Amino acid sequence: MEEVDDQEGYTSSTPTSTLTWISWFCSLPGHEYFCEVSEDFIEDDFNLTGLNVMVPFWKEAMDMVLDVEPDEDTSKIPDVSIVEASAELLYGLVHQRYILTRAGLQAMVDKYENSVFGVCPRVYCVGCNVVPCGRSDLPGLDTVKLFCPNCNDIYTPPSSRFQGVDGAFFGTTFSHLFFQSYRELAPAPFWKPPSSAGSSLSPGRSPRNGSGSSASRPPPFVNPNQYGGQKRAAGNVYVPRIYGFKVSDRAKCGPRMQWLRLRPESPEELDMVDWRGRWIDEEDDYEDEDEDEEDEDDRQMEDFDPDAVDEEDDDEEEEEEEDGIPDRSMGHYRGQQHADSLRPPTPIHLPSSARTSPTAAPLDENAAAAALSRGGGKVKVVRY
Amino acid sequence: MLGRAVEDISTGSDSDYSNSWISWFLSSKGNEYFCEVDEDYILDRFNLTGLNSDVSNYSQALELITDNLDDEIQDELRGALDVQARLLYGLIHARWIVTARGLAKMLEKFKRVDFGRCPRVLCQSQPLLPVGLTDTPYEKSVKLYCGRCEDIYSPKSSRHGSIDGAYFGTSFPHLLFLVYPNLIPPKSGSPDLSFGSRSTDAESGKRNRRMREEQEVTEGVGELISTASVAMKADRYRPRIYGFQLNETAKLQRWQEAIRDRQVAHLEELEERG
Repeated sequence: MEEVDDQEGYTSSTPTSTLTWISWFCSLPGHEYFCEVSEDFIEDDFNLTGLNVMVPFWKEAMDMVLDVEPDEDTSKIPDVSIVEASAELLYGLVHQRYILTRAGLQAMVDKYENSVFGVCPRVYCVGCNVVPCGRSDLPGLDTVKLFCPNCNDIYTPPSSRFQGVDGAFFGTTFSHLFFQSYRELAPAPFWKPPSSAGSSLSPGRSPRNGSGSSASRPPPFVNPNQYGGQKRAAGNVYVPRIYGFKVSDRAKCGPRMQWLRLRPESPEELDMVDWRGRWIDEEDDYEDEDEDEEDEDDRQMEDFDPDAVDEEDDDEEEEEEEDGIPDRSMGHYRGQQHADSLRPPTPIHLPSSARTSPTAAPLDENAAAAALSRGGGKVKVVRY
Repeated sequence: MLGRAVEDISTGSDSDYSNSWISWFLSSKGNEYFCEVDEDYILDRFNLTGLNSDVSNYSQALELITDNLDDEIQDELRGALDVQARLLYGLIHARWIVTARGLAKMLEKFKRVDFGRCPRVLCQSQPLLPVGLTDTPYEKSVKLYCGRCEDIYSPKSSRHGSIDGAYFGTSFPHLLFLVYPNLIPPKSGSPDLSFGSRSTDAESGKRNRRMREEQEVTEGVGELISTASVAMKADRYRPRIYGFQLNETAKLQRWQEAIRDRQVAHLEELEERG
């Protein structure tokens, strides 16, 4: 049915007199995601820089989009449908640029707040509104996708009528510039589960503690990073269970992908990972649960020679590229324990003497301390 | 819909397979997620333990499902009984699909992509499996589990969005991958294509299925499969503005990947130790 409409729309190339080509185009089924680009924007040649080489029958397409009656002979054009395709391409590429402007973003935020783009299909995003998103800025490569700001992931639109819409007409930048511009719509990167031990099965809506003000009951949500998302995130992650028991990650079919959706409980935790994606501070509550063997590694380290660390430091930076080389002799060294460490759910196995032991002390203060993670043999360099 | 059912049953010959309540139920629109529960499973009262307290008119609903209902009662109770029969069938279904035979039946449906495909772009149309968020009826609708991103999604169509999740249960997809570990989807690349082409006709199905099942199980048990580090291969989307990553998002993604690396390291260590 929609296809039929679509066809009809195209065959009657000249829209009715009251409707501009742009309004008509945006009202077609499948074109719900488009906003109307103002004619002023299209008429300004500066905004079209470089597009003329991408669009065949440029002049004719421009005339069609702007509802200008073609003045000269149209005999040069073999088929009006070719011009229509050009007009669509032209409009789409201009649209990609327009929605990055203030006016374009405003037009899109209106659509966003009316849920025109739909909601995230992911259950634990609890109906978070999504925005259209391209995977490429060049036309003809991929269809439009939907970006969810809560899970930072992209989804295929649920209806097949969007399968014909080029992703380049929205571009790769728009969806992210959108949430940078409207931070109150962007979920923050951290999330604290509701303190009342509610079931993990009921996602969303219950009040959560913001990081700073945990005293007041329904605290206003604040992201200390003023340039980050200012909306409370929906942070629940699916936990697979068999007969009520969590599937252990030791099983071959155990969970492997929870990290993809996980959020830290506080913004500070994000700073515990350096720019290369390594833990700055060893807050390995994960491994501490399992084996005592690892503690012994810890203890061995108290004795190791600080000079040796300095020497090996350079080597290690090279080694860093080769993940997974277990080097037990290095053991594990904790340079400094963050005072504001926010999630130590399990006791930290570092003996307190490590901090006061004479060999360790100088390192604490100044030198770069090399630490080898016990698990994967990844080398970490910690600087203070 | 109701009318049709009445017709089906009143046309008699209950022995006719295509006229049974179950086949009517399975063929009606919106019930595409359900598989056929073997009649002998339903007839074994042991399998129905406890369901009589969840379903009012239990015995009549059961008679309706098994096509043993008296013709006279039908007309008066029909409407209410149909609802009860659906509930009963759903609850039996939840138990059935975690049995060996039920899993095999759902596996066929999984391979036919009866449950749809993952909406996440980077899952590359991975076929989904139905899952409940609770095992109690009337609480949550059915969701779809993707074995690739290991997350759950709402069905696209509202027809499926209104099915009770308890008819599939919380355990089913995980039990399926536990029993058939070689079907655990890879984290990258396009889904296994040998997958859809293996559909078989119904007649030879039973014997073949059993053989294939055994084959698959033995394949899976082999030490060859290691899933410790599969997460490293997973694709993820990286938001960019004019080609540059966003500070806050990139930070979150680094943190998530650090969590991933820690899990991988931990699992590899466990694997080494045996």
